[in-house]
Amino acid sequence: MNSALIVDCIAAVRGALLASESDIESLDRAIGDGDHFINVKRGCDVLLALSPELLPLAPDAACRQIGMKLMSTIGGASGPLLASFFLALGKSIAGAATVDAESFARAFAAGVDAIGQRGKSGLGEKTMLDVLIPVANLLQRLTHERIALDPLCAQVKAEAERSMLATRDMIATKGRAHFLGERAIGHIDPGSKTCQVAIHAVCDLLTSR
Amino acid sequence: MKKFFNHTDSLLREALTGLVQAHDGLLRAEFEPTFVARKQTRPGKVALISGGGSGHEPLHAGFVGEGMLDAACPGQVFTSPTPDQMLAAAQAVDGGRGVLFIVKNYSGDRMNFELAAEMLELESDTVLVNDDVAVENSTYTTGRRGVAGTLIVEKAVGAAAEQGATLAQCKALGDRVNQNTASMGVAFTSCTVPAAGRPTFDIGPDDIEMGVGIHGEPGRRREKFKPADAIVKDLMDPILADLKPERGRQVLLHVNGFGGTPLMELYLLYQRAAERLQTDGLTIARSLVGNYTTSLEMAGASLTVTLLDDELKSLWDARVHTPALRWGA
Repeated sequence: MNSALIVDCIAAVRGALLASESDIESLDRAIGDGDHFINVKRGCDVLLALSPELLPLAPDAACRQIGMKLMSTIGGASGPLLASFFLALGKSIAGAATVDAESFARAFAAGVDAIGQRGKSGLGEKTMLDVLIPVANLLQRLTHERIALDPLCAQVKAEAERSMLATRDMIATKGRAHFLGERAIGHIDPGSKTCQVAIHAVCDLLTSR
Repeated sequence: MKKFFNHTDSLLREALTGLVQAHDGLLRAEFEPTFVARKQTRPGKVALISGGGSGHEPLHAGFVGEGMLDAACPGQVFTSPTPDQMLAAAQAVDGGRGVLFIVKNYSGDRMNFELAAEMLELESDTVLVNDDVAVENSTYTTGRRGVAGTLIVEKAVGAAAEQGATLAQCKALGDRVNQNTASMGVAFTSCTVPAAGRPTFDIGPDDIEMGVGIHGEPGRRREKFKPADAIVKDLMDPILADLKPERGRQVLLHVNGFGGTPLMELYLLYQRAAERLQTDGLTIARSLVGNYTTSLEMAGASLTVTLLDDELKSLWDARVHTPALRWGA
């Protein structure tokens, strides 16, 4: 991984999220307060605008820049959470000019861990962590086993899809939907959906190169 | 969507500019990053800063001024502000005696204010407001929301800070007012976030959302429409069950409109709620009726009761000079 790849990922994730706008928005209208996609889009747009500044940076500095930018532009709950992810990811790869798959998997897990700490949340609470934690675990296992890129991406995509769908039957205990209690059962968590779409976009980008 | 706006992106900035122009002597606004502050900050007092998503006007920027807040940090509509806003506001209004953040208990607000407090190089503390009794404490909730009772916390702590209270005293007072305050609301219609362009939730013509939050987020249950007296009972029962006031206690009754309900109906609610409090042996010593903590154009209202003592009464009566609350010599 280098900063050119990070910039390509931003564009790919933004494109995939914009294409899923109505899906994500209708999930948020069901159990959220209707602002999730607006915030996601604002984050994507500022990162796209930031991309030229990221290109000359080392990957860790680029991740730090992304984190600081998201912290000061998204707001809501997703702002601090996504910012924590990128800041921790950057910290984990500090000093590296390029990042190999296994180090990236470790850094991704550190980022996911930072989201959990900032949000005081974990598995099974009907949040984005219900996609991110299983994906982080799988990614660490597959990179450790040195699985080739194509099957790795296929497995990661399947895990993201499965874990996103699994939030449908959960009761929310964190986030805006937790006020609903049992009424949130039957609805997929919009944050999980956003993460799944983003993970699929990155996997598709990696396998198409 | 029919709303007064030019572009959804510039709506907040244009609205805040108008607020400051209309109250020229009182307020100033900054936009990089965004906050509204008193025109003149007073050195030697604890600085009070609140903030949250926009769409609840006049909360919070309308309560900036003498006797209440020193600054407010408005986020996008229904979206909490970002830490850089709170940092800039704190640096701008710091009077050398510390900063108290007053935060409504929503995960986004909490995290952004938490980050700001961690980054701030000034002494600070935080009062979390969670007066909404609609969210029952159960294994499924992480806590109650902060709603219309926030105004009462801001008024009382604002008066105390003006009178020279320390940061620790302001924090303890804010916590005490919060513990003695309970609210619950009901919505008849949804509301439309301008950038989303359509109503946040669907609600049938004969349905009401009992226990609604101030973002149009659902509450306890969906019910059929019914007469006002029955609605007041459903709101007041959980409030009084939560506060458990002894007979003879003096209280403040606040009837708050969500933005789309006429004042006439709010006074009707007040009359019925007051009757109920009297039946329970309580004395209404102070009251406030109007649209103070709104949810854009949502029709509906909330009731708030605060248990009073002599200190809280005198803090409530103390001079306040803000765009939305103004009394005292």
